[in-house]
Amino acid sequence: MIQSGTSNQALSVSNLKKTYSNGRIALKGVSFSVEEGDFYALLGRNGAGKSTTIGITCSLVTKSSGKVYIFGVDIDQDFGRAKSNIGLVPQEINFNQFETPWNIVINHAGYYGVPRSKALLQAEKYLTTLNLWDYRNNTARRLSGGMKRKLMIARALMHEPRLLILDEPTAGIDFETRLSMWEFLQDLNQKGVTIILTTHYLQEAEKLCRNVGIIELGELILDIDMKSLFKQLNQETYVLDLVQPIDSQVLPKELNDSVRLVDPTTVEVDITRNSSINAVFETLSKHNIHAISIQTKSNRLETLFMELLRREAIEMQVNQSE
Amino acid sequence: MRIWTQTLIPPVITTCLYFLIFGNLIGPRIGPMQGHTYIDFIVPGLVLMSVITGSYTNVASSFFSSKFQRFIEEIMVSPVPSSVILIGYLTGGVCRGVMVGIVVLLVATLFATVDIVHPFTTALVILLASVVFSLGGMLNGMFAKKFDDVSIIPNFVLTPLIYLGGVFYSVQLLPEFWRLASLANPILYVINIARYGFLGSSDVGIGVSFTVILVAAAILFTLCLVLLERGYGIRD
Repeated sequence: MIQSGTSNQALSVSNLKKTYSNGRIALKGVSFSVEEGDFYALLGRNGAGKSTTIGITCSLVTKSSGKVYIFGVDIDQDFGRAKSNIGLVPQEINFNQFETPWNIVINHAGYYGVPRSKALLQAEKYLTTLNLWDYRNNTARRLSGGMKRKLMIARALMHEPRLLILDEPTAGIDFETRLSMWEFLQDLNQKGVTIILTTHYLQEAEKLCRNVGIIELGELILDIDMKSLFKQLNQETYVLDLVQPIDSQVLPKELNDSVRLVDPTTVEVDITRNSSINAVFETLSKHNIHAISIQTKSNRLETLFMELLRREAIEMQVNQSE
Repeated sequence: MRIWTQTLIPPVITTCLYFLIFGNLIGPRIGPMQGHTYIDFIVPGLVLMSVITGSYTNVASSFFSSKFQRFIEEIMVSPVPSSVILIGYLTGGVCRGVMVGIVVLLVATLFATVDIVHPFTTALVILLASVVFSLGGMLNGMFAKKFDDVSIIPNFVLTPLIYLGGVFYSVQLLPEFWRLASLANPILYVINIARYGFLGSSDVGIGVSFTVILVAAAILFTLCLVLLERGYGIRD
């Protein structure tokens, strides 16, 4: 368990607990840390406790107990200093929709004491980078959903935070915008900004993040690097589109149950950690079965995520029965 | 100021109606009050009524809107101290209160003789009234959970207190019991200092009145600051 934060840890959370006034227990003692420069995914189902954790870190939620350090600064001791290092992109739109994007980002810089001359340059830089420059004088409520989310990112970066927290930043936006956001965030991370991301798009977490924490029912059930996590994946299922239609009779017997015919031109193949995909292809080729395309049946992280939650549920049932 | 049609114009129209009805039509039948024509007598109260309402509703609605639309979170996540947040909203309320007061005062010159006997006292009471009622509005905004809550206090508490605070009459005209009961109304002190500033006469002592206003301002400021620090109504 983490006892205290160090300055090379962007975020350190220790035994964090939160019970809301209605009696709902949101966090049951969560502990984890995020190293400076990391791109960390905080995953979990709706209501698992991700947003509460982020809310406590950013002063939107009051914790019941526990410790939070931001770059070694205890939020109970000097929350102002701690907060000056954080940029938050919340889940819900939370800017004045009757303001212009320009005023929103400039005012935000003011809250962090950024000199006006610098704020003007920063505003131009981020609004341009995020393709919002042409809309800077429009009323914010007239922006599209994707633009609003980009505006929140631009706003969060105005004071050049060392830690950027993104709470489902790509929810409800089109794939093209999402891809451009990914690129932007990766670039930002490469420049040294620590990023914590919560998302329901596990493909997003897999693509962007190096480490992952999974929260379930207010408890951190996993805190691991992405590579180690994927080593836990015992089996992956691939979907092959075939060149020619085939009959189930021609499926190679030596592949046993690992190959299934979905329809005459589609085959599903299970590949375990100990087997090679090349060997499977070789066998299929010998039987004159050729694929024109291949794709994973589901996202690897999704498979693992569901498996972890299933294990957690079983564990809970066992504990309850004991 | 961006929505001046909603903030500056309505009090002007309301005050014009008061001057027309109470001052020009009914006033001459009432006769002089405390040695002044009735229309001159009601000028201080009407100016302060606009100041009180303007500053109160400005902060109550601004703060509630920022909660409702969640853009209060922009400031909450920043390192801005609670005292600065409070002073920010307070400044907004005071500016609106003072501006409305000045506009209504200018309107009053069209209907009545406005010779301000004590200009400094008048300016000070307008400023202090704006501060006290902006803080009141802030409390209202913090406790409000829905839009209705923002209008309940102004409609059911503030307006009756203003009308019973001697805007249109001298409390000396009331029976003993109601005159004493009126002393529990903080708005009475505000209006009477204003009347002293404008006309040079008052129903209650100026020293006592200033003390009441300053104590109210100190209590309300502390209360607002403590609640804001604890995140009452804005932090889960």
